[in-house]
Amino acid sequence: MAELTYRDAVSRAIAQEMARDNNVVFLGEDIGKAGGVFKATVGLYERFGPLRVRDTPISEQAILGAAMGAAMTGLKPIAEIMFSDFLAVCFDHIANEMAKNRYMSNGQLKCPLVVRTANGAGSRFGAQHSQSVENWAMMIPGLKVVAPSSPADVIGLFAAAVRDPDPVIFFEHKSLYGMKGEVPDGEILDTLGTAKILRPGKDATIIALALMVGRAMEAAERLKAEHGIDCEVIDVRSLVPLDTRCILGSVAKTHRLFTVEENPRLCGWGAEIASIVADESFYDLDGPIVRITTPHLPLPAADNLEDVVLPTVDRIVDTVKRSMA
Amino acid sequence: MALANNKQAATPAARNPSDKPSSASGPEFAKEQELLALREMLLIRRFEEKSGQMYGMGLIGGFCHLYIGQEAVVVGLKMAMQDGDQMITAYRDHGHMIASGMDPKGVMAELTGRRSGYSRGKGGSMHMFSLEKHFFGGHGIVGAQVSLGTGLAFANRYRKNSSVSLTFFGDGAANQGQVAESFNMAELWKLPVIYVIENNRYAMGTSVSRASAQTDFSKRGLSFNIPGEQVDGMDVRAVKAAGEKALKWCREGNGPIILEMLTYRYRGHSMSDPAKYRTKEEVEKMRSEQDPIEQVRTRLLAKKLATEDDLKKIDAQVRAIVNEAAEFATHDPEPDPSELYTDVLA
Ligand SMILES: Cc1ncc(C[n+]2csc(CCOP(=O)(O)OP(=O)(O)O)c2C)c(N)n1
Ligand SMILES: [Mg+2]
Repeated sequence: MAELTYRDAVSRAIAQEMARDNNVVFLGEDIGKAGGVFKATVGLYERFGPLRVRDTPISEQAILGAAMGAAMTGLKPIAEIMFSDFLAVCFDHIANEMAKNRYMSNGQLKCPLVVRTANGAGSRFGAQHSQSVENWAMMIPGLKVVAPSSPADVIGLFAAAVRDPDPVIFFEHKSLYGMKGEVPDGEILDTLGTAKILRPGKDATIIALALMVGRAMEAAERLKAEHGIDCEVIDVRSLVPLDTRCILGSVAKTHRLFTVEENPRLCGWGAEIASIVADESFYDLDGPIVRITTPHLPLPAADNLEDVVLPTVDRIVDTVKRSMA
Repeated sequence: MALANNKQAATPAARNPSDKPSSASGPEFAKEQELLALREMLLIRRFEEKSGQMYGMGLIGGFCHLYIGQEAVVVGLKMAMQDGDQMITAYRDHGHMIASGMDPKGVMAELTGRRSGYSRGKGGSMHMFSLEKHFFGGHGIVGAQVSLGTGLAFANRYRKNSSVSLTFFGDGAANQGQVAESFNMAELWKLPVIYVIENNRYAMGTSVSRASAQTDFSKRGLSFNIPGEQVDGMDVRAVKAAGEKALKWCREGNGPIILEMLTYRYRGHSMSDPAKYRTKEEVEKMRSEQDPIEQVRTRLLAKKLATEDDLKKIDAQVRAIVNEAAEFATHDPEPDPSELYTDVLA
């Protein structure tokens, strides 16, 4: 076991996969010599060299196009899109190309690539550098979508993403890069499509993703200590495939469901989960499903405004307490 | 004073809007012009130095990209522009806003995320606008402003007015796909747009030679028939002269033109940049040999158009404006949270 930051976990994960498979190549803006703008790829250029760790021009369409072109021939590219907001700049490759080539080619073409990108708010970067856009990826058939909340999950899920035969959009949270966590030694490989129960509980289920997982955990501790409400906290980790068994199982036990989502409200991932639970487990529910989200707004830059829009521990505690009263 | 990599402009003869390349320094400035250029460039420099300090003190958060070193580009062009000409740029935008005549208090208050900021705290350093001053932002997505600036020119042409869109972007942004699309459309439709490529030699941590196959950005329009020139972007006179010719070219209906401004940023890409990709000596050399403000100061003194005392006075006036802006932006209240819900939609 070693303590590692989330950012160091990213570079360890990439190194783990590059070391075991020569077909893995890595490309993106300032990922090599500069070690990444979030310093999440430090040391890879030195270790694997400029052929396998490629600094690119600021050309997102060409980055994803090149990654996908190479993937169609069997390489396993990892492409970095520096901020997830910029997925919009190269969205054609995401929405129309990589997600569909297997299907349209009768399974001949494969697209084993990973697009890593820094997602989420918390740094006062404003509306074009702070969005949580996992739902942009989730809505497209043909993609897998992952968003880890801890250093150990970064490594395990990233390895699974690289080894997966399909295109995976891998959302790292930029406010988690400094987070520390225990990470086992040696190779780590996790399974896509698996959620994790981080805290068992009997009164209500709280489902969260990425940065919101820590806040949900803290809220659960406070709900128990201050209000005697015992919450089960689930880290979804993977939106596609989605671990519905874990979610429905938990709801069957607690009979209440809350989601904590950083994305703007309309069409957030929690809406899809609410719909599934309403379909499958309506009679397990003792009350309405409640979504705790960022309001449906572009993200503001000012400190006080950004702080007030994101779901906070206080807001989670208050909402759960009120709904359970 | 030309930059080391300053080459002759290479444009197809038939499409060259000028007899001689403007990379040579422009005609001498009269005293008033020198003083105006000095004042404007100093205002930007002192504003940016103050922003840097305030960032260090935690009063400014998020991103903050300083324009220090590049002042001559926007100031020289502004001196050539006429009322009604528009500017649009990326996130390194404080200099453009100040040159546009926007109030330093409002710009600084946006940097500190306060309610009197140009965007009421909702935009931040990278996203500010002033329709009144014909400044169209302030854009955080690299390259996006290039097609938007083309659209400003489209509207000018549609309205048959004489305004020109000055569309600024960096050497790094030049490698965005939408730049090529915009170039083609602008030339096809003869849109009055000056593509001002601010080549400050780096895009974040990547030098031009590591990112660009063609490092002479004035040639980037060749395959579209767009003429281009390299300009010494550290010499405000050269910039103004090139700007005047390019504006004339556009106003006469000849379509777009590219001005590659050879310039340099002294500070890191943003406030969080350790700048390991270049040496301290490189920065020091540019500062000591080509500084755009020092050039004007030296000329003013050498020609005895001003005394040291005069220059000190100007600096004091500029500092007073900046200090007032900083003071204002420190004490202006935070935005009211009810602001969150205004202007999402009309
Ligand atoms: C589409 C997009 N890709 C990447 C970025 C991240 N980024 C911000 S600034 C920058 C460098 C741009 O360099 P350049 O165009 O030369 O402008 P400069 O910063 O030198 O003024 C990069 C890569 C971005 N904001 N948008
Ligand atoms: Mg640059």
